[in-house]
Amino acid sequence: MQNAITLRRRRELITAAILLVLLIVLPLPFHDPYTRNLMILTLLYAALAQSWNILGGTCGQISLGHSLYFGVGAYVSTLLFVWHGVPPWFGMLAAAAVAGLLALLVGWPCFRLSGHYYAIATVVVQEIAYLLFLNWDYIGGASGVYVPFHGQSWMNLQFRTAKLPYFYVMLGFFALTWIAAWLIEGSRWGFSWRAVKDDVIAARSLGVRVFPSKMAAAAISGGLTGVGGAIFAQFVGYIDPDSILSGPLSILIALPAVLGGVGTLWGPLLGAVVLIPLRELSSTFLGSSGSGVDLMLYGALIMVVALMRPQGLVSLFQRGRNGSAS
Amino acid sequence: MTFDQIMQVALSGLLMGLIYALVAAGLSLIFGLMDVVNFAHGELMMVAMYAAFTLWQVSGLDPMIMLPLVALLMFGLGMAVYRLLIARALAVRFNKGMVQIFVTFGLAIFIRGAAQMVFGGEFRAVTGTVLADRSWHLGGIFLPLPQLAAGFVCLLAFGALFLIGRTEFGRALEATREDRDAVALIGIDRDRIFSLGWGLGAATLGVAGVMLAGFYYVSPNVGANFALIAYVTVALGGFGSLMGALVAGLLIGEVEAVTAQLLEPSLKQVGMFAIYLAVLMFRPRGLFGKI
Repeated sequence: MQNAITLRRRRELITAAILLVLLIVLPLPFHDPYTRNLMILTLLYAALAQSWNILGGTCGQISLGHSLYFGVGAYVSTLLFVWHGVPPWFGMLAAAAVAGLLALLVGWPCFRLSGHYYAIATVVVQEIAYLLFLNWDYIGGASGVYVPFHGQSWMNLQFRTAKLPYFYVMLGFFALTWIAAWLIEGSRWGFSWRAVKDDVIAARSLGVRVFPSKMAAAAISGGLTGVGGAIFAQFVGYIDPDSILSGPLSILIALPAVLGGVGTLWGPLLGAVVLIPLRELSSTFLGSSGSGVDLMLYGALIMVVALMRPQGLVSLFQRGRNGSAS
Repeated sequence: MTFDQIMQVALSGLLMGLIYALVAAGLSLIFGLMDVVNFAHGELMMVAMYAAFTLWQVSGLDPMIMLPLVALLMFGLGMAVYRLLIARALAVRFNKGMVQIFVTFGLAIFIRGAAQMVFGGEFRAVTGTVLADRSWHLGGIFLPLPQLAAGFVCLLAFGALFLIGRTEFGRALEATREDRDAVALIGIDRDRIFSLGWGLGAATLGVAGVMLAGFYYVSPNVGANFALIAYVTVALGGFGSLMGALVAGLLIGEVEAVTAQLLEPSLKQVGMFAIYLAVLMFRPRGLFGKI
């Protein structure tokens, strides 16, 4: 049994390595910025969903307020860059630390709640932060913060027109979240967290410390999401509460994991690969007229996938291997 | 601050609170019945507001006369949503909770898109009704009649909901809520009760939506804000409790009115969110929630 698990985990790692090589060469034949932009966004949401999945999927705590960590991460790194010229690479570390701590701070009261009560509390905490940031003029308020261009350099993570460097940074970010999820899956933490997800009372009776488990999952999940915010801010060059700290974004962070397969290793990437291009393409080609068809398509897709494939799209690839990833 | 000003804030909060309470009541009813949080709740209310707007535009009659018609339409819509989506989501074998959240969320986006397509993105308003732009002066207190009528009708609707709870159907609802498997043994068709529950939940939104359309702009995004307040109200009052929805709705209306006075108006929701979090720290099940 132990052997089978080790074997499966080794196979996952090999799959990941092959995929990484494929992803490294993937953008090379596509030269237009639109396609590369699409790829960057897909990787970003895959990585964010992977981070969300650590708390929502593995530990079963459905957070619908994850844009809080994304937004705070983006603000921390951007303000450090704008005010003190701190390179975003250090900004990312600061973002991870602040977002992770914030997740602990939010988790401390909210993990007393369970199920829908927890989900709604996460929405409310994020909405409070949104309103406060919107009215906090010291950090830009509703008008947001522009990231000044300090010249093309890897150190500042700024490039005049090139998209490729951002693609590789996003790929690195996705790889980081995947490895974190992979390590957690095989560790003692992973077992405890899945036990918390499946049955809190049974887990507690088996000696799993439920509250610390949730807190640890929240901190890692929030911290990684914060890193994503820091990278995204450098990528788009402008942040405001509506674009990085909003309710719809919170849902968009969770959706790829839900559509792809909650609590699975490959679900977030698969979900993002399906969802993000569809969303971007439909809003480019159908949404520009403001007709709402793009929203209808997006909503219908969510409903159909959730109903037809409740275990996620990843189950399409798993015939015969039952329960390997839950 | 004078006495009149204090009364003004208190009464405005009360009237808005009654609407919040009724919107929350529909959500709470559905949740209590089958443990499903309807994330398309605000969008269903938006549909009711557009229905009132369209009927007014076509017929020229006051939306309040159309209220029974809109409530009936919403009842049908609620049942249709249950039959087409929710019944299927309940039958799912994996990730039940997640599927329910995201199916209703997908529906919300779909409805928003449909409204955008049919009505466009601009704000629309019902104008020139009997009550429009009139208000009642009581000393220094100023109460717009549309809000006053809305509060009154919401109160009536609450009365109706409490009465429905006493009927045969209401008892069947309560029994299904208590034990959804055992009711089959005493001849209650669970599926039918669920579908009627959705109808009733949506019909309360019909009432709230029509009354709200009397003084509030309609747009495809109008639901989002009311829905968030409804979730907070329901969680604060306790999921599934009608009394909880009423008390929490009034509390939230008051807190909002007071916060808007004390802080900047753009921060008016911070107060209600903070109260909600504070209460949940001491009563994780909400004020009237059953353990």
